[in-house]
Amino acid sequence: MHGSGIPIWFFIGVLLVAYGAIIFCYGVYEWHSGIYPPLVQLTNLHTPVWWGGMLLALGVVYVVKFRPGRGGE
Amino acid sequence: MFGLVPACLAAGSIGSLPSFLAFSAAPLARLGSWDIAVIALYFGMVIWIGFYLRGRTNTGEEFFMAGRQMTAWIAGLSFVSANLGSLELMGWAGSAYQYGILATHWYWVGAIPAMLFLGLVMMPFYYVSKTHSVPGYLFLRYGEHARVLAAISFALEMILMSGVNMFAMAVVMKVVLGWSYTFSIVVSAFAVTLYVALGGLRSAIFNEVLQFVLIWGGALLVPVLGMIQAGGVSGLKTQIIANMHSDSYFHLWRDTGQFAANPMGVHWTGIVFGLGFAISFGYWTTDFLVVQRVLAAHNLRAARMAPIIGSFFKMAVPFIVILPGLLGLVLLQNPDGSRMQLVPQDTWKACAPISPDCAPLLKQTSLSPAVQRDVLEQKEGPRSDLHSYNEVLPLMMVRYLGPGLLGLGITALIAGFMSGMAGNVSAFSTVWTYDIYKPLINKKGFDSHYVLVGRASIVLGVLVSIGAGYLVQKSHGIMDYVQALFSIFIAPLLATILLGMFWKRATRIAGFLGLLLGIAFSAGLFEWVHLYPAKLAYVALSPDAKPMAENVFRALWACLFTALVIFVVSMFTKPRPAAELEGLVYGVTPLPKEDPVPFYKNEWTWAGLVVVIFCALNILFW
Repeated sequence: MHGSGIPIWFFIGVLLVAYGAIIFCYGVYEWHSGIYPPLVQLTNLHTPVWWGGMLLALGVVYVVKFRPGRGGE
Repeated sequence: MFGLVPACLAAGSIGSLPSFLAFSAAPLARLGSWDIAVIALYFGMVIWIGFYLRGRTNTGEEFFMAGRQMTAWIAGLSFVSANLGSLELMGWAGSAYQYGILATHWYWVGAIPAMLFLGLVMMPFYYVSKTHSVPGYLFLRYGEHARVLAAISFALEMILMSGVNMFAMAVVMKVVLGWSYTFSIVVSAFAVTLYVALGGLRSAIFNEVLQFVLIWGGALLVPVLGMIQAGGVSGLKTQIIANMHSDSYFHLWRDTGQFAANPMGVHWTGIVFGLGFAISFGYWTTDFLVVQRVLAAHNLRAARMAPIIGSFFKMAVPFIVILPGLLGLVLLQNPDGSRMQLVPQDTWKACAPISPDCAPLLKQTSLSPAVQRDVLEQKEGPRSDLHSYNEVLPLMMVRYLGPGLLGLGITALIAGFMSGMAGNVSAFSTVWTYDIYKPLINKKGFDSHYVLVGRASIVLGVLVSIGAGYLVQKSHGIMDYVQALFSIFIAPLLATILLGMFWKRATRIAGFLGLLLGIAFSAGLFEWVHLYPAKLAYVALSPDAKPMAENVFRALWACLFTALVIFVVSMFTKPRPAAELEGLVYGVTPLPKEDPVPFYKNEWTWAGLVVVIFCALNILFW
């Protein structure tokens, strides 16, 4: 958004942080416990860990870069 | 939202939304607490955004046009996101399963040229005229009658589409998760009403950008993991050829020289001129639902860049929509390990529960006789492993996404439906307030009064949408008309606006008559084929044409007919003085000078890059 106020990218960053944290934590739990959902394929790739981690990292970047009061888009 | 209707929905014979109302014996997935947390967070976020933006939408310009403060990136993502609803995602994935890569035409030739044309050629006229809406432009160019005709048609279409979206979401949630219709409708209607009535167009745009991120975050894993399991591109090709005994699934143009040579039953002339021009240009350059997003840009350069930015992402969408459909052809398995074969929507509906039509329809599928016998022996409902083409995307999600990730995928679908509804009601609110209420009911209100009317119309619009949705649900025949509304209306509108914008001789009465008769002509063609399906051979110029071909050729004929009417009537009526057309018509409008920018910020540079990528993709998948 052009002008002052909280940019949309900040909201997106907050949501990505929350989603990344949830998915990453579940992935770590799953890997640690060795209990995988029975019908899901390719669990050996530990998708929740790396995908959750990526969402979390991206979210942190957006939250920091577009935090209120800092300016930007 | 419902703009470019998925092939499997648009092609009436294959099925339509009400077919979805027949639901599986058991939901495809069950959500755990991790997934519920992800979905709940999304609802919390959209409502937070609505309340936050409430204080920033006090004037009409802020409420209806988002204050014209959007950057090119936000306007561009919102522009492309407005056509990335869940109905489109699931429908086109199903079309890819059915037709192969041919379905990609609706994302490439059916979108990219029109998006570039809007940004580079048409946007200056929309922007310079400072109109609030596309019907508003018609008023400036052709007068009140054309505006009212376009506004009423558009408002009706938006309300019906919003209702369709709401019910589509309820149906998908029923099929995928087993949720009740009432629960889904109440929750989505409440959330959409709250955040759009509070924040107006700005809130709708914010949520569209949010939805765009969620869709990529939730759906990107499916093709990535699917390609790993299929053994890459070569593995996918080998398996599809082995299963389907045809390599047509990988060719965009090679087999379109004859109607009968490709599974979609279309000819390249229909794809290029009907889809690539009449339908695509009609939707992307004159449908107010998408144009409104670009009009909200903060300056002309941003408004021109927005569709160009959107076109990059549009070209990438087949990766998360078409590819999962193709992967479904080789990867989906029944519980016993055999290859799962999806069936057309009407077959699925006829067999859930078993109806007299089930057996003959099953015989037309590629299911083995043993499986067909199993299906027919089910007395209480369908086998849990009998699924329709439209379920391919949720099935692929369930296959690869575990707890948390599945919640994200489902949230992406919910977000798609909700932002679709939000787009419909926010566009309806603007057209209702500026093009119907203000000129016809109360011309002298204060700005604050029109904002109040806009907010009230959103609440009213959602309520009417629910009623319209129930009506569509109860009467299956109506759905065919609802889906046809878009294609009936948009092609005549395209011809009317293009001639108005680029031919100064076009007169007021010619514009109105062209639009009116064009809509009547298009509706007449639709009804003709609807009543007498064999007449499709005349509309699409071939006895081998399939329903998909009707849509593209009908749009082309309607566009040409409208242009002919406008041309003939204009030649016999008095044109408006050139001075009156300043700011509205090419050739008499001094375009504003834009400050020079480095080449990497220039819209022509990026448009050139889009053209190169677009050509390369079409050659690569020829």
